[in-house]
Amino acid sequence: MRRYGMPLRRTMAVTAGLVLVLSAAACGGDEETPGTGGTEAARGSTLIFASSADPAILDPAFHSDGESSRVTNQIFETLVATEEGGTDVVAGLAESWEVSEDARTYTFKLRQGVKFHDGEPFNAAAVCANFERWYNFTGLAQSDSVSYYWVTVFRGFAKNEADTLGKSLYGGCTAKDDGTVELKLTEPSAVVLSALTLSSFGIASPKALKDYKADEVSGTAESPQFTGTFGTEHPVGTGPFKFGSWTRGDKLELVRNDEYWGEKAKLSKIIFQPIEKAADRAQALRAGSVHAFDYADPADLESLKSAGAQVLERAPFNMGYLGFSQRTDIMKNQKIRQAIAHAINRENVVKTKYAAGAKVANAFMPDSLWSYSEDFTKYDYNVDKAKQLIAESGVSNPTLEFCYPSGVSRAYMVDPAGNFQLMKADLEAAGFKVTPKTSPWSPDYLNSTQAGDCPLFLLGWNGDFGDPDNFLGTFFQSFSNQWSFRNEEIFKTLSDAEKEPDQAKREALYKQANTLIADFVPGVPYAQSPSFSAAAKNVQGWVPSPVLNDKLASISLN
Amino acid sequence: MLRFVVRRLALLVPILVGLSILLFLWVRALPGGPAEALLGERATPEAVERVQRLYGLDRPWYEQYLRWVGNVLRGDLGVSTRTQHPVLEELLRTFPATVELALTAMIFAVGVGVPLGYFAARRHGTWLDHASVAGSLFGITIPVFFLGYMLKFAFAEKLGILPTAGRQDPLMDAEHPTGFYVLDGLVTGNPEAALDALAHLILPGIALGTIPLAIVVRITRASVLDVLHEDYVRTAEAKGLRPATIRGRHVLRNALLPVVTIVGLQVGLLLGGAVLTETVFAFPGFGKFMADSITARDYAVLQGFILFTAVIFVLVNLLVDIAYGLIDPRVRTA
Repeated sequence: MRRYGMPLRRTMAVTAGLVLVLSAAACGGDEETPGTGGTEAARGSTLIFASSADPAILDPAFHSDGESSRVTNQIFETLVATEEGGTDVVAGLAESWEVSEDARTYTFKLRQGVKFHDGEPFNAAAVCANFERWYNFTGLAQSDSVSYYWVTVFRGFAKNEADTLGKSLYGGCTAKDDGTVELKLTEPSAVVLSALTLSSFGIASPKALKDYKADEVSGTAESPQFTGTFGTEHPVGTGPFKFGSWTRGDKLELVRNDEYWGEKAKLSKIIFQPIEKAADRAQALRAGSVHAFDYADPADLESLKSAGAQVLERAPFNMGYLGFSQRTDIMKNQKIRQAIAHAINRENVVKTKYAAGAKVANAFMPDSLWSYSEDFTKYDYNVDKAKQLIAESGVSNPTLEFCYPSGVSRAYMVDPAGNFQLMKADLEAAGFKVTPKTSPWSPDYLNSTQAGDCPLFLLGWNGDFGDPDNFLGTFFQSFSNQWSFRNEEIFKTLSDAEKEPDQAKREALYKQANTLIADFVPGVPYAQSPSFSAAAKNVQGWVPSPVLNDKLASISLN
Repeated sequence: MLRFVVRRLALLVPILVGLSILLFLWVRALPGGPAEALLGERATPEAVERVQRLYGLDRPWYEQYLRWVGNVLRGDLGVSTRTQHPVLEELLRTFPATVELALTAMIFAVGVGVPLGYFAARRHGTWLDHASVAGSLFGITIPVFFLGYMLKFAFAEKLGILPTAGRQDPLMDAEHPTGFYVLDGLVTGNPEAALDALAHLILPGIALGTIPLAIVVRITRASVLDVLHEDYVRTAEAKGLRPATIRGRHVLRNALLPVVTIVGLQVGLLLGGAVLTETVFAFPGFGKFMADSITARDYAVLQGFILFTAVIFVLVNLLVDIAYGLIDPRVRTA
C-alpha cells in the first residue's frame, strides 16, 4: 500500500498548491487568441443577440414560440401592430382600418410603395393570398402544434379535418382595390383586430411562398414533413431586416433591408446565437461576446448590473389567481368569497415567493393591458374584516378544500406548494379550516380543476395576445365547470365587448367587466410576474414588449 | 489481422439487432409520448390522438418496429418530431461538432496525461508524483459544469482571451463544407476561421478532458510502476541496454496497454455526447441534441442517435483492438 500511496496531509497540501497554481495561471495569462471577444469597433453595427434556442421555423404561420417570433418579427410585418412597449393596436402594414357596425367586416387601407424582400409588390392581393393560404391549410398544417394561432383566433379551416376544430371565423378576403382589403368574419368579433398583431399573422410574399413550397408536405403518412424551404431558408416578408443565413445550433443572421418603406434599421446585421442556459447567456454578455439576451435569471441581475450591463424589465403578461368553483354551497356564498379575498396576504405571497419585479395582481388581467384601470373594488389584507364577513355569512366552522398542483412551475406560480402554504396559514388565521388536496399538474390537476371538482384552486394564465378578451373572455364569458357560476351580467358584458367594433366603447365595457368581476369575487387574482432582458452598455433603443413584439430595428450600438 | 477485423464487424449485426429492439421498446416505455410533448399542456385528447395518427404511433409496436427497420435499411432514420428535420440531417450536423470536441478532450487527456503519469511513476515519491496524484484526484472529483463555469469565468470573462460559447465567432465569415469547423477553415483556405474554431474548442475540450486526463494519469502511473518492477526490465538493465531503449521499448510500450483500453472506452463515451459540457459552452453537439430529444420524447431521434452511438462504440472498440495488435504482437497472432 505505502509504495503507491501518499500521506493524506501531503496530498492535501499538494492539492491546495495545485489550486493556487491553477488560479494564478488563470489570472496571469497574456496570450492573444484571434476571433474571441473582439473589440466593439470590429463588431461595427452588428448586434449579437443570445437566444435561448433556435427558432422552430421561420414561417410565421407555423410557429407559436417566442424564439421563432423574435426573429420573424424583424422579417415580417403584420397589418396592425402593437405600440412600442405596450399592447395598444397601432398601424402596421395597414395605415388605417374600419370595423363595421356589426363587427363582421374589417376594412384595411394599406400602405403604398411597400415591397417584399424579393421585390414583389405588397398590395391587397398579397394580403388576401396570405389569408386564403391560412384558411385552406390541410393535413399536417391543421394540427394545433403547427398552426396554433390560426386555430386559436379563427377556430377552423375551409375543410376541417378534425372534430375538435370549429366553424371558421374567417368569412373571406376581398381586394377592393390595390390598397384596400376587406376581411369578412362569419360571426361578429372585435378581438380579431388585436389578434392580428400576432407575429403569426405576418404577411409573406405570395411568390416566395409558392416558389419555396411553403405548404408542401412529403414523407410517409407515419412521418409527414414540410419539404419546402420557405420556413428554413427563404422567409420573405416586408420587414426592416431580411433573412441572411441559418446554421442550426450555431447562428442565424439577418441583414438590413435597405429598401424598407419606413425608417431603416440602424443595425446592419443581427446575429442570433443560441445559448440555452440563462446563466451562460449572462456570462457571455459579461464577457462581451454577445450584446443582448432575454429571460435573464433574476439571480444574475446584480452581477449583470455591476458588470455595467443594462437590465430591462418586460412588463408582466401573465397572472396567477386563486380560483373558486361555485359548485358547493359554501363557495356560492359571496360573503365567504369576500372573506377569503380579505384573508389572503397577497403582498406577502408575492414578496416571499416571487422574483424581484413581481407585483400583486388585482384584476384577472395584467395591468399592462389596455382597458386596465384601478377603478374597481379591491380586497386589502384585513383579517378582522374577513372574520366579520365569515360571521355575516351564516356559515359556522367554514371548511375549505384547497387544491394545488405538484410538478409544475410557471412565471405566474413559481412554487405552487409554497403559495398554498402561505395562503393556508392566512385562511386559518381568519378562522377557516383548510383541507389540502394536491395532484400532479398534468393531466390530473388540470382535469380536476377544469371539471370544477376543486372548491379552491391555484391556477394562472400566460397571455397569447394583447386583448382583454384573451384573459377575461377566456375565463368568464360563459358558463364553465371550472368556475361553476352563472352571472348573466358578466357574461353579457364580456360578450358585448367581444363584438363591439368601437375601441373606446370596448375599453369601457372591459372596465365595467372588471368592476363586475371584482364585486362578484369569482376568485382572487394575486400575482403578475415580469421577465427580464439584459443588454450591453452600448445598446440603445431596445424597448421590450409585454407581448414579445420587440422591434429590434430601433436598436443602435454606440 | 483481416480475419480478426471481419469477425469483429460481423459481430456488429447481432449486437445491433438486439440493441434496436431493446431501444425501440425502451423509448416507448418513457412516460408521456411525443404527441403530448409536442402539443403541450393545452392539448386535448382529440388533438393527441390526431398527432398520434399522423406519426403512426397508434399502430402496434412490432408493426412500428418493422417499418422502422425497413426505413433504416434504406438509410431513412425518420423525421424529428421536434425540429421537423430528417434525423440523418440532424446527425450529420451535430456529430462533427461532438467529434471535434471529443478529439480535443482526448488529445488534452492523452497528451498531458501519459507524460505526466509516466514521469510521476519514474519520479515515484517526489513532488511531481504527489502533485500528479493530487491533481488527478482533483480532476476526477470536480463536477464538469462547475469546472466549465470556472474556466469561462477566468479565461473568457476576466481575461477575455478565449470565447465563452459556440463553435465559432458569430462574426466570422466562414464556410462549412464538412461540418468539422477546424478542418473547414483549412480546406477553404481560411486559416483565421480554423484558428477561431480551435480557440472555441480549448475551454470545452479542457472541461471535458479533465476526467479522462485524471484517469489516464492514474492508469499510466500505476501501469508504469508495475512494469518498472518487472523481471524483464531488470534483465534489460542487467544486460546493459541503453536506458532510453529500456524506457521506450520495454517500459512504455508494455505500460500503455491498459491506457489504450481506457482511452478507447473514454473516446466511445465522449462520442456518445457530452451533454453537460455542450450545454455549458452552448456547443451545438450530439449529446445536447439527444438530451433535448429525450425531453421532447422524440422517438425517431432517440432511436437513430442511440443506434448510431452503438455503431460508433463498437467501431472504436475495434480500433482499440487493432491498436493492441500494434502495441502487443501477441494479440495480432491470437
